[in-house]
Amino acid sequence: MGELQLPEINYGALLPMLILFGAACAGVLVEVLVPQKIRNSVQLVLSLTAVVAALAAVVVQRDTRITTIGGAVAIDGPSLFLQGAILVLGAVSLLLIGERTIEKGGAFVAQAAITVGSQKDLRQAGGAPGATEVYPLTSFALGGMMLFVAANDLLTMFVALEVFSLPLYLLCALARRRRLLSQEAALKYFLLGSYASAFFLFGVAFIYGFAGGIQLEAVQAAVANPQRSQVLLYAGFALISIGLLFKAALAPFHVWTPDVYQGAPTPITAFMAACTKVAAFGALLRILYVAFAGVQWDFQPVLGTIAVLTMFVGAILAVTQTDLKRLLAYSSIANAGYLLVGVLAMNEAGLSSTLFYLVAYGFSVLAAFAIISLVRDADGEATHLSRWAGIGRKSPLLAATFTFVLLAFAGIPLTSGFMSKFAVFGAAIEGGQTWLVIFGVISSMLLAFPYLRVVVLMWLSEPGETTPAVSIPGFLTATALGLGVIATVALGVAPAPLLELTEQAGQFVR
Amino acid sequence: MSEFPFLSVLTLLPLVGAAVVGFIPRAKAELAKMVALVWSLIVLGLSVVMWLAFTIDGDRFQFRESYAWIPSWDARFTFAADGIALVMLMLIAVLFPVVILASWNDVDQSRRSAPAYFALLLSFEFTMIGVFAAADVFLFYVFFEVMLIPMYFIIGSFGSGQKQYAAVKFFLYSLVGGLFMLASVIGLWVVGGHTFDFTNLVESTAAIDQNTARWLFLGFFVAFAIKAPFFPFHTWLPDSGGAAPAGAAALLVGVMDKVGTFGILRYCLSLFPEASRWFAPAAMVLAVIGIIYASLLAVGQNDLKRLVSYTSIAHFGFIGIGIFAFTTQAGTGAVLYMVNHGLATGLLFIVVGMFVARRGSALVSDFGGAGKLVPVLAGVFFFAGLASLALPGTAPFVSEFLVLIGTFSTHKAYAVVATLGIILAAAYVLWMIQRTTQGTLNPALTEVPAMSKDLTLREKFVVAPLIALLLVLGFYPKPVTDVINPAVQATLQDVGTTDPAPSVVADGKVGG
Repeated sequence: MGELQLPEINYGALLPMLILFGAACAGVLVEVLVPQKIRNSVQLVLSLTAVVAALAAVVVQRDTRITTIGGAVAIDGPSLFLQGAILVLGAVSLLLIGERTIEKGGAFVAQAAITVGSQKDLRQAGGAPGATEVYPLTSFALGGMMLFVAANDLLTMFVALEVFSLPLYLLCALARRRRLLSQEAALKYFLLGSYASAFFLFGVAFIYGFAGGIQLEAVQAAVANPQRSQVLLYAGFALISIGLLFKAALAPFHVWTPDVYQGAPTPITAFMAACTKVAAFGALLRILYVAFAGVQWDFQPVLGTIAVLTMFVGAILAVTQTDLKRLLAYSSIANAGYLLVGVLAMNEAGLSSTLFYLVAYGFSVLAAFAIISLVRDADGEATHLSRWAGIGRKSPLLAATFTFVLLAFAGIPLTSGFMSKFAVFGAAIEGGQTWLVIFGVISSMLLAFPYLRVVVLMWLSEPGETTPAVSIPGFLTATALGLGVIATVALGVAPAPLLELTEQAGQFVR
Repeated sequence: MSEFPFLSVLTLLPLVGAAVVGFIPRAKAELAKMVALVWSLIVLGLSVVMWLAFTIDGDRFQFRESYAWIPSWDARFTFAADGIALVMLMLIAVLFPVVILASWNDVDQSRRSAPAYFALLLSFEFTMIGVFAAADVFLFYVFFEVMLIPMYFIIGSFGSGQKQYAAVKFFLYSLVGGLFMLASVIGLWVVGGHTFDFTNLVESTAAIDQNTARWLFLGFFVAFAIKAPFFPFHTWLPDSGGAAPAGAAALLVGVMDKVGTFGILRYCLSLFPEASRWFAPAAMVLAVIGIIYASLLAVGQNDLKRLVSYTSIAHFGFIGIGIFAFTTQAGTGAVLYMVNHGLATGLLFIVVGMFVARRGSALVSDFGGAGKLVPVLAGVFFFAGLASLALPGTAPFVSEFLVLIGTFSTHKAYAVVATLGIILAAAYVLWMIQRTTQGTLNPALTEVPAMSKDLTLREKFVVAPLIALLLVLGFYPKPVTDVINPAVQATLQDVGTTDPAPSVVADGKVGG
């Protein structure tokens, strides 16, 4: 028995994550120590500062290509890019989360434990300051996501998965309005999410049995030169994929998405749609490109079928929706399908185009949910489609902005949506996956219809008697919305800088 | 002067104009109209200068400009115009001021904002010029899709009747075509050597294997056939033409639909020569069916705007056979037809719009003997109708004749069947005129005070340039054909077909 060797730790490379986890822990202390009056501002500043500091650390590290802590974490081009993307989108989400002027007290309940419909609940709905625990929870989630995309062994990946999932389950339950819906969403997300995590862990066990190790390099080596039964490999791979496909909301593991997107507080929905997507696809990319690239001919048809199914489920069910948040949920499912098309190209273009898509989509979806949080009536957000009729007459600027975002989702040129679709489809054809592109194009035709329906409703329909009011966005929401829209325009007109960045992100370290 | 970046300036100018007009407050509608009109006249002026700077015997593509855009994909802002694009740009430049003047009072009655309407018109001009000036497939595709947006709002917000339905149908039809084309564009980029530059692609596509090329051709062709529209992809046009404001409808069929035929000429034929020859018989059949079918439907229409839309589909059938006959005469005829059709049908739509604005209805049965109340307007209507049925002396006659003789030399049967379309054209045009302006006066018309107002000065300024052009080009088309001819010959050279020698035609056995 030798001495227990401590692995070498490169703290510099881990700094971005350490900053966020540290800030999250500090945020918990703030909850206890800082008086309630200023707690919200302190928390917001603290978490935003942490995100910006972490982003700076990522930028400083940009040329690092190492694995550290005994190979548990890989800091390479893709993980740095993904971490940066998570931080930027996370910062914009934090702006939405921090908004307190549109609704008195903010979008979050004061205390999650108050019984729904009780006297206390009615009082809190009237404008008690919202919970400030959301900030440390968000910071934990962001830190977990960053670890998730950088995890270089399966167990670290699992831990990271739990670290970012648990705060999300809680955050979903914290809506100030429609609390039963919100709590149901959280419970649903938690139960299904736990199953998915269990599948993932079970898969890890199989792979350990197959490869004799959990590091992605070990798996890669075992896949290239199998010593044990392939059944273990395929069973393990399938179970791990299920866990990841669930997080990425790919059909048939998507059923939680509409309920959770609808029930969760809108800033949290935006956060999940933007950042969780990045994290889930980041991990999926690493698993497929590093560990299992050797069996790509086996999984490409299966995952390709899932991509097609996802695109069509998302597109067709989006047509039937009457609630905007659910509509956007299905649209995000369809978009996950397009992302998977890019992933399945299994070439460098596939990697860079998927990274591009994740950032572009994240900004557009943040803008979309920011707009939804502005259209309100006495009961909170008016998300039913019929309530948006004729809103273009009352608030042309808001309607024009939303139209633009919807056109981006539909992939009309001069928006980031078009550039990203073009990038992933191009990569897929180059990777020999023409059939996915054909299905992708057909599903895009279907998907255009629901977006167009909203545009028609906003501009061409006569306003109803009870068209809801459009709130003046507070400074934070206005900034978030502005950033989302500017990014959607900029990436649509001049995508070259970001495309070059994704290409430089290039290769995973092995 | 040839150093001047004509095409990029010409493309961006209307966009700037749209922004300027869009920011004029609603209350100053008259100012917005004036600015829009002057702006479109500046564009016209610049186009005329460009026309004069074009060297007829020079390179195929002139005024070439290229700026970096997305280096990773080799997509560039490349503009260049051949003779075909040049005449189309000229047509756009002529039609827009005319339409802006014709639409002067269209929006005043509605609750919609007039500056918004004229801003949309100018932004539509931006996309139209861009789509014809682009010489980069990616850039072309971008304009091809973006042009839907202003037209969608023009139809949806400022139209009449079933405008929402028409706008959505228009958008979805075009988008479906566009997405097929997107798949082909991406495929072309991958197999064509990762470039979007048209000139490079023409060289590299020769190496694509036959099957791939045919699929890629099909993607482009479907998009262009929907846009043109060819039978059986035409059903959106009567709805859109019927619902759009008359001025916008004139642009819709006069300019925008030409993108379809222009796209076939520029992209389908030059990039996929073998596939074009292989698909040519099918395309000719569709075109001929379109001529006959749309003409028959036009005869039966009771709505003037829908009627004109159907005549337009029939005319596109002629353009279609002209393109796919693969002879210089037919090709030149087809391009000339695109110009003349824009003038003639544009005029017809504008005049119909004047009738509709007076009567408040587009139904043929609501008119009758209107010529007794508004003789000059009825006269212009009669002229527009005759031009549209290609009466000798008017410009469309030249192009229709060129198409038919050009087609006859290689494809007798198609030419003969298509000739039936001329007879049907006489039927629908003359019957339409008879039912609306001739015959006994419909007593209901006298009760509409506006129906007794003949052409105003503004309206005279609208129709005069179009009538003049139709007559001038009817008697002396040479300036236009001289520009078109080399470009068509270059295109046919890409396709790899040569004109049959007359003696061989006499034998009647010539393969395309």
